[in-house]
Amino acid sequence: MDKEFAKGRIVAAQGNLMTVEFEGIIRQNEVVYVQTGSEKLKGEVIEINGNEAKVQVFELTNGIKLNDEVSFTGDLLFVELGPGLLKNVYDGLQNPLEEVAQAKGYFLPRGVYLNALPRGVKWEFTPIAKKGDTVEKGDFLGSVPEGVISHKIMVPFQFQGKGTIIEVKKKGSYTVEEEIAKIKDEEGKIHSVNMIQKWPAKFPLRLGERVLPTEKLSTACRIIDGPFPVAKGGTFCTPGPFGAGKTVLQHQISKYAEIEVVVVVACGERAGEVVELLREFPHLDDPKTGKKLMDRTCIICNTSSMPVAARESSVYVGVTIAEYYRQMGVDTLLLADSTSRWAQALREMSGRLEEIPGEEAFPAYLASRISEFYERAGVIRFKNGDTASLTIGGSVSPAGGNFEEPVTQATLAVVGCFLGLSRSRSDARRFPAIDPLISWSKYLDRFAEYGKVDNSAIIKKAQEFIHEGNEIGKKMSVVGEEGIQIDDIVLYLKGEFYDSVFLQQNAFDKVDTATDEKRQKEQLSIIKIVLDRDFVFEERDEARSFFLNLTDKVIQWNYTPMDNKSYGEKKMEIIRMIEG
Amino acid sequence: MVKTYNRIERIKGSIAQVQAEGVKLGELAQIKTKDGRVTLAEVISFDHNRVNLQVYSGTKGVSTGDQIRFLARPMRVPFGNSLLGRVFSGSGSPIDNGPEVLEEPIDIGGPSFNPSRRIIPRKMVKTNIPMIDMFNTLVISQKIPIFSIPGEPYNELLARIASQTDADIIVLGGMGLKFDDYQYFKNYFSKSGAIDKTTMFIHLASDPVVECILVPDLALAVAEQFAIQNKNVLCLLTDMTAFSDALKEIAISMERVPSNRGYPGSLYSDLAARYEKAVDIEGSGSITVITVTTMPGNDVTHPVPDNTGYITEGQFYLHGGKIDPFGSLSRLKQQVMGKVTRKDHSDLANAMIRLYADAKKARDRESMGFRLSAWDKKLLKYSYEFESNMMDLAVNLDIDEQLELGWSILAKCFDRNETGLKAEWLDKYGKWDK
Ligand SMILES: Nc1ncnc2c1ncn2[C@@H]1O[C@H](COP(=O)(O)OP(=O)(O)OP(=O)(O)O)[C@@H](O)[C@H]1O
Ligand SMILES: [Mg+2]
Repeated sequence: MDKEFAKGRIVAAQGNLMTVEFEGIIRQNEVVYVQTGSEKLKGEVIEINGNEAKVQVFELTNGIKLNDEVSFTGDLLFVELGPGLLKNVYDGLQNPLEEVAQAKGYFLPRGVYLNALPRGVKWEFTPIAKKGDTVEKGDFLGSVPEGVISHKIMVPFQFQGKGTIIEVKKKGSYTVEEEIAKIKDEEGKIHSVNMIQKWPAKFPLRLGERVLPTEKLSTACRIIDGPFPVAKGGTFCTPGPFGAGKTVLQHQISKYAEIEVVVVVACGERAGEVVELLREFPHLDDPKTGKKLMDRTCIICNTSSMPVAARESSVYVGVTIAEYYRQMGVDTLLLADSTSRWAQALREMSGRLEEIPGEEAFPAYLASRISEFYERAGVIRFKNGDTASLTIGGSVSPAGGNFEEPVTQATLAVVGCFLGLSRSRSDARRFPAIDPLISWSKYLDRFAEYGKVDNSAIIKKAQEFIHEGNEIGKKMSVVGEEGIQIDDIVLYLKGEFYDSVFLQQNAFDKVDTATDEKRQKEQLSIIKIVLDRDFVFEERDEARSFFLNLTDKVIQWNYTPMDNKSYGEKKMEIIRMIEG
Repeated sequence: MVKTYNRIERIKGSIAQVQAEGVKLGELAQIKTKDGRVTLAEVISFDHNRVNLQVYSGTKGVSTGDQIRFLARPMRVPFGNSLLGRVFSGSGSPIDNGPEVLEEPIDIGGPSFNPSRRIIPRKMVKTNIPMIDMFNTLVISQKIPIFSIPGEPYNELLARIASQTDADIIVLGGMGLKFDDYQYFKNYFSKSGAIDKTTMFIHLASDPVVECILVPDLALAVAEQFAIQNKNVLCLLTDMTAFSDALKEIAISMERVPSNRGYPGSLYSDLAARYEKAVDIEGSGSITVITVTTMPGNDVTHPVPDNTGYITEGQFYLHGGKIDPFGSLSRLKQQVMGKVTRKDHSDLANAMIRLYADAKKARDRESMGFRLSAWDKKLLKYSYEFESNMMDLAVNLDIDEQLELGWSILAKCFDRNETGLKAEWLDKYGKWDK
């Protein structure tokens, strides 16, 4: 574009909020650069009034002074899309952190903006479209292998109307900046296309028809896959007090979920936790593909000490990248830890703008922002009938661990699955500390309706044991065990048994850490036998020690690899023990 | 290019407003009062030529005619080895009657460490306190608070950690400290000899509130420089609740909308920005951060301990003068237990805590007047041994001695097969007669 962009100057400043007097035409959310000394700081227009704009700067603002120059770019905050996103680690503005470190050392100096996609790498391009084809935005022009997936190069998402392919480059290696196709639009204008696309982060990228999510996402976490399953293309949240295990759970899911691409957004949390991913994933195998986990992962990392304003954008950068992969037909999972930190970033900016505060000083639009975000999940069907999904899971960090707070409440209103972590379960070291008494999934019934799961009967039954067992447990703590009927004690013990051997899962045991669907089915078949059986015990102690032994046996079995010789023996031993 | 102005137009809370040209956000100014006092102030916002200054020592007695000089530089702190053994205020001036420090100044509140350059922490910080080293091992680069009710001996604990640790440098930041506590630290460090590797930044309860907020930044900036120079630094900050209360006071005086019990919505980020300075720099030094967070009303859901819990890597609870073995958790301990320490460390520690939990139940049974079994009696004996030998904060033992002590206690109280420990460890380390 050759038009002149607006220019302006700083007239007022407070924290990250600048007031800029400008001349020319500007857009809401346009990206600007503030020139201060020798540094250029990125910012975004967030309010316009006459010839003054409010700009939030994404970096530390020390040193800015009256009349510092501001240049407008005409662009909204966009995400750079193309091959090379996977394996990469970006900050909230899509700066590649490894390259920043190579250029600048240990610390993150402000005003450094590098290309998100590596420019020097050559990609093996294979054409899909050919000369003369009629295409529209999002259609495949060709593909390049990226890690485990076939990365589709698409007609630019901004391309208007139908186009005719004038030329597609032949098979060969090209950098992202090299032309790979020429397309003529309806007005006869010829567009040169390379592998780089740009998309404004705050707009959903969704070309195709939205359809209802009905496939289950296997997470290898039993308490999720069993009673509280997540759909591919669905949404879930994991609220919980500090230390309840939100991050460990997300890391588990990012490792073991059966999905093609994972985008992890570390949003306003500890840098140390991201480091575990950074250092581990390049060495961990993806059991499905034999490649490394890092090959399917993109990490957006705007940790708690990095600029708060960029924390807000980090979530959008992550979800846009995830949508981009969905657009090429790839099932994608986005995990954000923690959405509360993102909400706090909104709150800080809203406070500076002196907007009328809502509950706990969060802005009135908090709920709509949260729902817009989760609504970017979903399954889409393409012209050729193929479908692809984007699943979104967010952790929530409620103040005081109390779920009656704005972020948790707004999230619960929009997600399809609620995995609530509780302090009582984490204190009792019942991990993962997802509380089966409060969690729910709207997908369980849907899967049953679409005939996609066959274990819902046993799962529902087991859940009844959990609820009734809990009631009995409460009574027991008041009147003592003596005051409880032995039948009720057995019911309670059955609930505890199901909890211990199925709902709880040891993240630090290399076998138990991930349980696939096949194995879960076997475990549930054992649980079914136990729950269905009428045990007869004379004494309470007898019942207790029986279930204690049984639980121990099943846990040992859980720790045994399925291909191990003793796996079958242990299972038979358990069945013999149950049948007395 | 130093500019001087003579007219303050507005004074409110800790903020003074002047008309000035060309000043920068974060720039320092010097205010000279009529009675000859000189205080520092920082530019926190401007609107055209109206500049708002946050006055470090507060605006008490500041007059509209005081002289203001802009210094064309941000807040800095001198850095060098001559800081060791010295004490400074929250505005960075010596308060120990010593000379001005003539070292090259460094910026405070600098940029954050690039996450891609961080490494997985794997080195232990020795404190020689069993409730830490043995049960909740501290790891280099960890950030961890001591959650405490006011009145608990948390400063005594910090002083002890500082004096017993194997860290190269100690940086102590005191916020809202009572004069007595400050003297206590000084005397303790002098006696223990730790003073020679210690720098202190002290804000006393009676000092201006703005200086309270500067303390962690000064302390951490100095810690960071030492870390870059290949030193393992232990940074102790007490009390972060006083720090948060200072943030609250200033936010309210600036009419910011509070989010929760008067605290600003940015409390989480404000705390995290400080805690996240903790780092282990590959091929160089490190910063480990231990803080005190007093819990008003012993309430963990109070905004300060609550936000802290979401930031730190575990917590120590101080109850009745002891580190509580149950609520306390070092989230990084598994990085070193049994890996850099002796192989039996993790199992031994777990077994001892499990037995202590059982012993607590036996104590309950005893106090309720139930008949005690032989096993209960063993547990009781064990609980007293455990409390007096392991939980006493005065114990000062190397980790290997702590492990040996643990095995001795077990042998004294239980039979060999009653501990639930693996035969491998029993054979190798058990102290029972063969
Ligand atoms: N599945 C698990 N198995 C065993 N231990 C666990 C598990 N999940 C969590 N933990 C324990 O709990 C600690 C805290 O977990 P995690 O860091 O995931 O909590 P969190 O909810 O993310 O807390 P925060 O809100 O402070 O970030 C871990 O360090 C670990 O000791
Ligand atoms: Mg976490």
